[in-house]
Amino acid sequence: MATVTMTVNGKSVSGEVEGRTLLSDFVRNNLNLTGTHIGCDTSQCGACVVHVDGKAVKSCTIFALEVEGSTVKTIEGMANPDGSLGVVQQAFQDNHGLQCGFCTPGMVMSAAALLDENPNPTETEIREYLEGNICRCTGYHNIVKSIQAAAVAA
Amino acid sequence: MPENGIGASSVRREDIRFLSGNGKYTDDINVHGQKYVFFLRSDVAHGKINSIDTSKAEAVSGVVGIFTGDDFVEVGGLPCGWQVTDRFGEVMKEPGHPVLAQGKVRHVGDPIAAVVADSLEIARDAAEVINVDLEELPAVVDMKAAVEGGTLVHDEIETNLCYDWGFVEENRDAVDEAIKSAHHVTTLELVNNRLVPNAMEPRVAIGDYDASNDQSTLYTTSQNPHVIRLLMGAFVLQIPEHKLRVVAPDVGGGFGSKIFHYAEEAFCTLAARKLRVPVKWTASRTESFITDAHGRDHVTKIELALDENGMFQAIRTDTCANMGAYLSTFSTSVPTWLHGTLMAGNYKTPLIYVNVKAVFTNTVPVDAYRGAGRPEATFQLERVIDKAAREMGMDPVEIRRKNFIQKDEFPYATPVALEYDTGDYDATMDKLHEIADLDGYEARAKASREKGLLRGLGINCYIEACGIAPSNLVGMLGARAGLYESATVRVNATGSITVMTGCHSHGQGHETTFPQVIADMIGISEDQVHIQHGDTSNTPMGMGTYGSRSIAVGGAAMVRATEKIIAKAKKIAAHLMEASAEDIELKDGSFSVVGTDKSVGWGDVCLAAYVPHNYPLEELEPGLEETAFYDPANFTFPAGAYACEVEVDPDTGKVDICSFAATDDFGNVINPMVVDGQVHGGIAQGIGQALREHAFYDENGQLLSGTYMDYSMPRADDLPSFVVDHSCQTPCTHNPLGVKGCGEAGAIGSPPAVVNAVIDALNKGGFDVNHIDMPLSPSRVWTAING
Ligand code: FES
Ligand code: FES
Repeated sequence: MATVTMTVNGKSVSGEVEGRTLLSDFVRNNLNLTGTHIGCDTSQCGACVVHVDGKAVKSCTIFALEVEGSTVKTIEGMANPDGSLGVVQQAFQDNHGLQCGFCTPGMVMSAAALLDENPNPTETEIREYLEGNICRCTGYHNIVKSIQAAAVAA
Repeated sequence: MPENGIGASSVRREDIRFLSGNGKYTDDINVHGQKYVFFLRSDVAHGKINSIDTSKAEAVSGVVGIFTGDDFVEVGGLPCGWQVTDRFGEVMKEPGHPVLAQGKVRHVGDPIAAVVADSLEIARDAAEVINVDLEELPAVVDMKAAVEGGTLVHDEIETNLCYDWGFVEENRDAVDEAIKSAHHVTTLELVNNRLVPNAMEPRVAIGDYDASNDQSTLYTTSQNPHVIRLLMGAFVLQIPEHKLRVVAPDVGGGFGSKIFHYAEEAFCTLAARKLRVPVKWTASRTESFITDAHGRDHVTKIELALDENGMFQAIRTDTCANMGAYLSTFSTSVPTWLHGTLMAGNYKTPLIYVNVKAVFTNTVPVDAYRGAGRPEATFQLERVIDKAAREMGMDPVEIRRKNFIQKDEFPYATPVALEYDTGDYDATMDKLHEIADLDGYEARAKASREKGLLRGLGINCYIEACGIAPSNLVGMLGARAGLYESATVRVNATGSITVMTGCHSHGQGHETTFPQVIADMIGISEDQVHIQHGDTSNTPMGMGTYGSRSIAVGGAAMVRATEKIIAKAKKIAAHLMEASAEDIELKDGSFSVVGTDKSVGWGDVCLAAYVPHNYPLEELEPGLEETAFYDPANFTFPAGAYACEVEVDPDTGKVDICSFAATDDFGNVINPMVVDGQVHGGIAQGIGQALREHAFYDENGQLLSGTYMDYSMPRADDLPSFVVDHSCQTPCTHNPLGVKGCGEAGAIGSPPAVVNAVIDALNKGGFDVNHIDMPLSPSRVWTAING
């Protein structure tokens, strides 16, 4: 066991982890931030995407110890300071960009990272960027629409 | 469009918790003191278990318990919920389905032993040192080989044939005769590829036992917690309902795969009782691939007889349907009653005969997956019609139109036992022409040609039977359950409402759409209505969500209960206003006496019901709470027309979907935005089936596409945006909302549209290709082009 310390959603946190503990497990089990989801065991689905130092990362592909000292943001950190939905989240609700909600945290985190890099993406750019996020419910149509709406609203 | 109530595109209230990370899925639940289970699963498709030595594993520190099949001999096997009777009047073969393998393993993934330990890592490490003496047997994977005999999946039934079903058996000779004497017969042999449903949330089960009151609780990823309680309690573990609570909290997609009762649910419930600790299991995705029931997997020959004018005379089909190694909960109903009865489609074919042989193989069990039987029926019918049109030199839309059941012919009794209540198939086809811009097709084809690509257009129709189902009818057909739905409407003292429904929402949006209905009926705001579902301890017995049934059956139950509420509330209002109940009118949340200016608000009446100071206590009980069970009089029959345009690259065989348009008649629509979303998702799954997805077994019974690296899920950049429309509405005549259901349509209507489009592209490009089996991967298309 080793101690790892990082900033998660603006708060400094630390915990005891094994070398093999994944960031996704640390966030879910140690921090009880269960918004980050696990949809696969081959790094293919993107349900687990979080931001590490501002970049979208599949948290199941990285060990907790690797992010020592980093700044992590999860879906729980995406709301406005007053607790209302942030711009990307609100766009997903307004455009029915989610159904069962399981892929949604990863989708929102990926979408936010895309809009950081490219504030006005085309439909093709959005679809290509989401290559690593699988959604089984929506057919992506309304996810694309949500991200376009978020781009306009931002 | 209204802003509140029926017809409004209200945004979904449940989204707020999902979007902020506050959803509560089963894996987010941790019960104090819980232990973790790891299942040791067979890595061979077929084998004899000679012995299992768990002694080394028992010695691993942190192991709490180890179980094998021997520990479960006293409990029942997993039951099948539908008994099919074959052509000869014999009931189907129904071999046992043990919770943990007994004597033999029958598919890769079959559980041999289970280790419960302090952590998942310990359980997994301990499972590795369990010594299983497993004698590998030859596997039977191919259905034809299975029917011919040789290797038996279940020795005790002496055959791999579960049943040989004929429908309608009395039509058999007449159909043979009609085909023999027909002007033209089009024949098509095709495969409906095996799929893995792949809800994004893997299955989870947590068993908990409270010795203080002898109460078991199962938290599970289920579409129908009451059904699980019934099956597991009554048939597997013999726990009476009042001692068993099943909770299905937020569930991350189902698509059918979370209807069924699975071994892991029974295991965790029983292990918790035996060990007196909570036991949790979370599937890895790899485990999901080899334990979640798969879908489809039919091999079919269909013959369509036509007269010289292209009028359909008869249909004969011959299908082998894969059951996998065991009978999953509703597996037997899918290729029979959910498939054979749909073979009339949207057309007036007078004679139909369907033969289905259900076959055991050494593969994962196969059961309902989005559409369940109806996609299989639609695919073969709409493919053979396209082929017939080509053979007879007719336009594929014209041949369909001239065979349509006409709008003035409803109700229409098909030769395969259904009575369609309403429809207008020409209207949906007209609408499709408009929204798919079919007039602009030639120009787009020319542009494709200039790029060196082959463009094709695929059009087809579909009909489905939803809102399953009249209980007495399905009982006659072999269902071992009723298929009503229930709702309790509890009006609170201050006028807000809690609805407890037996339906379950796992993406469909019931928490938003059900309140729209009540808001409309009473004239209050949707926000005042709260939907409670997913827990057998606080909802009435209901059959759950599948088969596009929630609004048509569960919504109807809620309407009935609300009608009772309104009737009672009117009596209270009448008392308050010293009038007769017959003279009371409810509008916009206010009761008034007809022809006067007297009125009393909804909230005042509710308060009077719970604070009955001024109240007709001699005639009326206090309180305002009603329950209704609704048993549908018939199925509902959503129908539509779909168009797909593709570009095929002749050099590589790669298919691109350029556009996809869908017109659906769902009857009345509660929330158009939610309905659009359901159709989008269904179309994506149908395109996935047509072009990418395939659960592929090798001859040894190994699933070669068992991860997301090999099983090609449709991703955002594989799909276009869709054009969908549901403005053609012929309301259902027999449920109070006039709704038909929309959950499966997209997955039913889309695969033939894609394949028809590709075949059209190839033929227009000069390649004489009649059919390619799904998925239409580049290599299959390229091979078809290059002979
Ligand atoms: S859980 Fe991380 S990519 Fe699937
Ligand atoms: S909303 Fe269910 S997987 Fe995307």
